Amino acid sequence: MKLARELWDSLFESLVGLGSVTRFLLRLIAASPRALLRLDLVAQQVYNCGALSLVIIMLSGLFVGMVLGLQGFQLLQRFGSEEALGTAATIGLVKELGPVVTALLFAGRAGTALASELGLMRATDQISAMEMMAVDPIRRVVVPRFLGGVIAMPLLAAIFSVIGIYGAQLVGVQIMGVDSGSFWSQMRAAVGLSDIYEGIVKSCIFGITCSLIAVYEGYYAMPTAEGVGRATTRTVVTSAVVILFLDYLITAAFL
Amino acid sequence: MNQSAAIVEIRNLDYAINGRPIFAGLDLDIARGRITAIMGPSGTGKTTLLRLITGQVTADSGSILVAGQDMRTVRRNELYVLRRRMGMLFQNGALLTDLSVFENVAFPLREHTDLPERLIRQLVLTKLQAVGLRGAAELMPAELSGGMSRRVALARAIVMDPEILIYDEPFAGLDPISLGVILRLIRRLNDALGITSIVVSHDVQEISTVADVVYLLSGGKVAAKGTPQELQSYPSEIVRQFIGGLADGPVPFHFPAPDYFGELLARDEGP
Repeated sequence: MKLARELWDSLFESLVGLGSVTRFLLRLIAASPRALLRLDLVAQQVYNCGALSLVIIMLSGLFVGMVLGLQGFQLLQRFGSEEALGTAATIGLVKELGPVVTALLFAGRAGTALASELGLMRATDQISAMEMMAVDPIRRVVVPRFLGGVIAMPLLAAIFSVIGIYGAQLVGVQIMGVDSGSFWSQMRAAVGLSDIYEGIVKSCIFGITCSLIAVYEGYYAMPTAEGVGRATTRTVVTSAVVILFLDYLITAAFL
Repeated sequence: MNQSAAIVEIRNLDYAINGRPIFAGLDLDIARGRITAIMGPSGTGKTTLLRLITGQVTADSGSILVAGQDMRTVRRNELYVLRRRMGMLFQNGALLTDLSVFENVAFPLREHTDLPERLIRQLVLTKLQAVGLRGAAELMPAELSGGMSRRVALARAIVMDPEILIYDEPFAGLDPISLGVILRLIRRLNDALGITSIVVSHDVQEISTVADVVYLLSGGKVAAKGTPQELQSYPSEIVRQFIGGLADGPVPFHFPAPDYFGELLARDEGP
């Protein structure tokens, strides 16, 4: 009985949470057109979220691609179709690993930075100070950061996939000796626009999701050291779970 | 508009946080062009009163008129227009940490006006000169001391030439020199710019040197009102305790707790 009660309570709580996140998203969208007029603010945030995450994204992309090249080669060799390595690695990267791994890294690198920055701004009265200066903090601070993340994430995912394909090629062709011509030509023949389209849709949706969770957690963080810490943790955990769940839904929708 | 009338009028104000009453039937006037101090023991809701006056929170009942606007019925965009006529100095300065001192002071101008860069520069440097920190214009907030941060925040608060300037605990944690500087600035800005100043503080000595009128809050009401000199000899125990800094009195030394011996002798049942 007690268990059922607690389950019901936590279900109710998550529904309330989902509702307030949705309202927050609508507020952000409503404020976005005017925030876009101040391109310098958004560009600064694209730099913060995107350019500063480049190294981690490129390194991870390279290693993921290399592992994919190695594993793919081992597997395909059993069926004597090593030439399909290019196709396998590309499909895997563009449709799945690129968007998903980038989003997870993005939540860890840029999402936590956003959440803790906003949380600290609230804790040190910077948000209240803006309100007192008759400046809407949502429009001045939150929306540029949200848009910065939304723009940066698909670009990062694309870079991740390209570097990953190069990593797979590095291992498959240069080390394992797959024929370079068939690696690239099979890939070009088999990978269609719809595959790339799926990757783009995923990375855009993940970008919105990660940025939204980060700015929401940060903006509504308790204005204490503990509150900011909790907001940062929740950003990573919630982002990871939601991304993997959405990944399944989108994949199913594209079948 | 009657220039001599109160710029802030509070009548019969009730406000509670989580069912705990903070104000019950509070009446308070803030005179135009004067320095009004709001004092009281910690937890009497001084900062809450500022939040009510500035419309950051809404009262449960009663009325708060600020420059003729009722803060209980004011709409969001009207509130923002009203706030451009107010400046507020937060306890820790609340400077935007990603902007330099110059950009912090320029922030309200850039957000609200389309002034040319040359004019913004002049305005910002004038205000920084007024607080004595023109030389620190290129520093970042993290490079400033507590007193300097507060002076920069003060420059930012006056850059839009407000009618009302609100100070939340402006003396907390300052060394005697910075404190003297802030005191002098409060007086000078008030007289030179004709601003109405509201100072929330519990530093009795400091406030006495600068305030024209002092309100002492206690138990959700005004316990005393008068000039600092009048308060020194005010015939009320709570005022005597507060002004004299006595440890025990109407404001008890002990937080409400169960019987001391009873609790000490109780069996170990955890805290």
